[in-house]
Amino acid sequence: MSKITCQCGHENPYGTELCEQCGRPLSEKAKESDIVDMRYEGSSRRSQTYKSSIVDKIWNFFSSVKIGVGIIAAVLIASAIGTVFPQKFYVPASTDAEYAEYYERLYGVVGKIYYQLGFYDMYNSWWFKVLIGMLATSIIIASIDRVVPLYKSLKKQRTRRHPSFMKRQRIYGEGTIENTAESFAKAEEELKKMHYNVKTENGAILAEKHRFSRWGPYVNHTGLIIFFVGVLLRGIPGFYVDEAMWIREGETRNIVGAPGYVLENKGFTLENYTKEEAEEVFGAALDKVGSIVKTYRTDVTLYKEKEGSLPGSDNLEKVEDYAIVVNKPLKFNGYNVFQMDYKLDELKTMTFHLVEKSSEESLGEFTVDLSNPEKKYDLGKGASVNMLGFYPDYDGIKDGEPYSKSPVPNNPAFIFQMNTPEKPEGEKSFVAIRQTLEVEQNDYAIKFAAAETRNISGLTIRKDKTLYILLLGGLVFMIGVIQGMYWQHRRIWIQEGADGQVLIAAHTNKNWFSLRKELDKLRESTALPAYKDRQDPELDKPEQEGDEEIWT
Amino acid sequence: MVKKKNKKTIRLISRTALLLILAAIIVYAITSKDKVKVLAEGDKAPDFELVDLEGNAHRLSDYKGQGVFLNFWGTWCPPCKKEMPYMEDLYKDFEAKGVHILTVNVGEPKVKVELFRDDMNLTFPMLWDKNKTVMDLYNIKPLPTTFLINPEGKITRVIKQGMTKQQIVDYLESIQPK
Amino acid sequence: MDLVTISSNLLLISFIAYLVATLFFGGAIKKSKTEKAYHNSKWGTIGLVITIIGFLTHIGYFATRWIASGHAPLSNMFEFTTAFGMMLVGAFILLYIMYRTPSLGLFALPIAIIIISYATMFPREVTPLIPALQSKWLFIHVITTVIGESILAISAVAGLVFLVKNIDMTKKSKQRFWIEAVMFTLVLVLGFVVTSTTFKTMGYEAEFTYIDKNEAPAEITYHIPPLFGMNEYEAMTPGAMKPWVELPPIINAQRLTSLTWSVAVGAVLYLLLRLIARKPIAAVFQPLAKKANSQLMDEIGYRSVLIGFPVFTLGALIFAMIWAHEAWSRFWGWDPKEVWALITWLFYAAFLHLRLSRGWEGQKSAWLAVIGFVIIMFNLIAVNLIIAGLHSYA
Repeated sequence: MSKITCQCGHENPYGTELCEQCGRPLSEKAKESDIVDMRYEGSSRRSQTYKSSIVDKIWNFFSSVKIGVGIIAAVLIASAIGTVFPQKFYVPASTDAEYAEYYERLYGVVGKIYYQLGFYDMYNSWWFKVLIGMLATSIIIASIDRVVPLYKSLKKQRTRRHPSFMKRQRIYGEGTIENTAESFAKAEEELKKMHYNVKTENGAILAEKHRFSRWGPYVNHTGLIIFFVGVLLRGIPGFYVDEAMWIREGETRNIVGAPGYVLENKGFTLENYTKEEAEEVFGAALDKVGSIVKTYRTDVTLYKEKEGSLPGSDNLEKVEDYAIVVNKPLKFNGYNVFQMDYKLDELKTMTFHLVEKSSEESLGEFTVDLSNPEKKYDLGKGASVNMLGFYPDYDGIKDGEPYSKSPVPNNPAFIFQMNTPEKPEGEKSFVAIRQTLEVEQNDYAIKFAAAETRNISGLTIRKDKTLYILLLGGLVFMIGVIQGMYWQHRRIWIQEGADGQVLIAAHTNKNWFSLRKELDKLRESTALPAYKDRQDPELDKPEQEGDEEIWT
Repeated sequence: MVKKKNKKTIRLISRTALLLILAAIIVYAITSKDKVKVLAEGDKAPDFELVDLEGNAHRLSDYKGQGVFLNFWGTWCPPCKKEMPYMEDLYKDFEAKGVHILTVNVGEPKVKVELFRDDMNLTFPMLWDKNKTVMDLYNIKPLPTTFLINPEGKITRVIKQGMTKQQIVDYLESIQPK
Repeated sequence: MDLVTISSNLLLISFIAYLVATLFFGGAIKKSKTEKAYHNSKWGTIGLVITIIGFLTHIGYFATRWIASGHAPLSNMFEFTTAFGMMLVGAFILLYIMYRTPSLGLFALPIAIIIISYATMFPREVTPLIPALQSKWLFIHVITTVIGESILAISAVAGLVFLVKNIDMTKKSKQRFWIEAVMFTLVLVLGFVVTSTTFKTMGYEAEFTYIDKNEAPAEITYHIPPLFGMNEYEAMTPGAMKPWVELPPIINAQRLTSLTWSVAVGAVLYLLLRLIARKPIAAVFQPLAKKANSQLMDEIGYRSVLIGFPVFTLGALIFAMIWAHEAWSRFWGWDPKEVWALITWLFYAAFLHLRLSRGWEGQKSAWLAVIGFVIIMFNLIAVNLIIAGLHSYA
């Protein structure tokens, strides 16, 4: 695998199609072609040349654009299949059996197959991750493989090219002009006006502009890789926190996932649009839909453990009051707390009367705060009620005792001892919703009077240290695509041949019409031979006679 | 020729290295699942400070050099209730041997806990985790969950279910200072 | 006259302006003999001026509706689709100024007209914003996405011109079949517009109760005669037509009814057109596309992808992620709408790679551009109607 020495004397790496310096076609393919393939400047792409070991074969596999597009297509199809039915995380189920049942019940046999093939958790499946990994690998290897040789050959290019290179360009023209030297000087001046970088070398001009746009693809690929790195880092503990918590109105609770911080819920508000405030503008819509929610809001106070105190101690200091609404999370120390969900109307307090059964006369009333009940309620005039038992989520009698199945006050029940001047030793009564049990016949009873409820806010806590990496990736990607897509790398070669003929050739990596427009503008002011776009057979008038400008 | 061979070797090595790194990353991405760091056996037990029902503050670090049997519980949880009398029976003996039983109620109303205690005639200190801070600190999911903390302050075992009296004895002995 | 009415009237003016401009672009093609004349045609210039007037009144519609409602009018299907039509015209104006090709206008404007008519089939009331949409990102994210998508759509228009011009309509071929299928689809949309408008003017309504897929009772109103009934439906409107078949709960029978009506009416329309023209619709348009330069159309198609792709990325992925992080606490959640934005993006990425490295130009490239447009429309319409997700604010 030796170097190829071109007739001009330049040593090119093995596999080079066009001489890096003068552009002479070197390979058989290039020599035979009518218009040379100018991608990567005909430079030697390593992957295409060495095919010895397995490593090289794998490398070449990932370096291929064809494979790259294939991987993109695979990701695309897999993603699309994943949207056919709802994904696992949108399904109200928790066990495998429940998932299977859900898909089969709603979507029949197709749903069952969808579940069995694992499509219901497409984006977390190992093979979807492998595909993304292959995509990243392909991006990295394909870029490395191309950017280096491209850079080298653009750097080494010479101003004067060999006629065989010129003749094989898509835009090419030749002819004689009267005063070559003068025309060349004029051309140089005009090209500079069009913001070209002009180089001259004894009777040859190379005008080049926006070469940087050639680096666009590699810049945007770098952006993508940065993005992938960010996504990967989320797997490392500490980089990423994603927790959810429920907090009742009036409750003060440690913030899950944010050690050292405590949150107090001072109230949850659900507000609908009202006809009065919405006036005539939204009236029609409100009539049609009924009610539309305006706000979900949780008013909170954030506390922080004081410096040096231990978790669990009540040694807190207030940080701030804040109203968390959708789109306006509470932010502190890298954490975001979002308003995500709510539950309305959980029992908060219950008010009872102590009544004498015979006269139905009340001896007074007392209110039990279900989140903080008291041991004794003094009703005055010698009457009081003692709390002997409290069962927030009463679920029948178990082992001879009332049983609460959870700490949530869904169905509160109590054992009260009623102390009255008549019965100072007290009477016991079991009180639940719509139910009262007495061990012996009592003279007094506890009667339910009223209840108050409260709401619960569902909050999500996030911390994502990778966000800035992801954002950087996005930014670099944007710079890359804009650089590569909003500018074009254009080159115009003008040179005097050995026989006094003037050759003109031009190349752009895209948007040939715009290049032709510039060439036409150049030819308006400068005597230069006419050219031909050899890939536009429809231009029936290849010789654009001066004023024949078709684009204006 | 030597130079060319060198170049070829360098190319082979660099390509192999890059491919291996990428493959390793993909494998890592597939296998890594749990994003949250959960306290596990062998970790240092994080210190905390909680008050008991009488209002006395307890710090985990107060018991340095001694074993701590840290039990998280709730009144509505039947297995929690079942193991309470066992702990009541054992706690005094083991306190003398340098092992402390600390129970942490996961933020229920104080009166409810007091009623429970009086009902069961329990005398050991019951810590009250009002804001659920310590519960979150120890990533408590099922109840009861018990942490065995040895005299060096390391977690030697996490038990996520109810225990028999014999098991409790064995566990307590396992963290007894030598 | 209140602002909302002014806004609707401005939209109507735009609609008419686009119709008139289409005729002028047609005239520009018919009247010019040489290619030079075609590019410099007076008719074309008049067409452009009318288009710009229409675009300005369209912006007027947008601005007045914004002022009236207090939020950017991009919050429901009607508003979003109308904005898409507006930006499609905007993108056309941009590329027309760059390349001066009346053929592009002759195809782009009718597509914009169809899109706007389609938009008006959705409820047009000004709706207050639900909490998730109350953000400055509503405007930033949606408008950038719409601009990106409409520039990408222009590439499909250029592709269409290229294909209509270059496919041999005299011989039977796969390409002839598919280009005609594209034309047929456009007629189907017209079919939908015709059906909905007809029954709307008639004031047709039929109410039903049914049991939804979560086994909960629900109500639904049909605005066209119900061919298919919802799961366990019961008619609430006396005298309304009885559905032919009852469908299982996972299929929305009301939407299937709309679809069936549109297809039926569209098919009749198509047959009528075929009978009048006595040749495929694509062949009818062929003479109008003939004057366009194929290379130029190819370049416009490519150029619009080059311009549109970064804008689309910014709007539909980057801004989308930033907003999703603010509103839903995660920047990416594999919601169907998000996934389809990603699919669109992947598709155009593949398009660019195929073109750059594998030399897919001309017909292949034109077909890809058309498929890209289909994907965009699928995400715009089908994902909202068929696949329910967080974005279902239709």
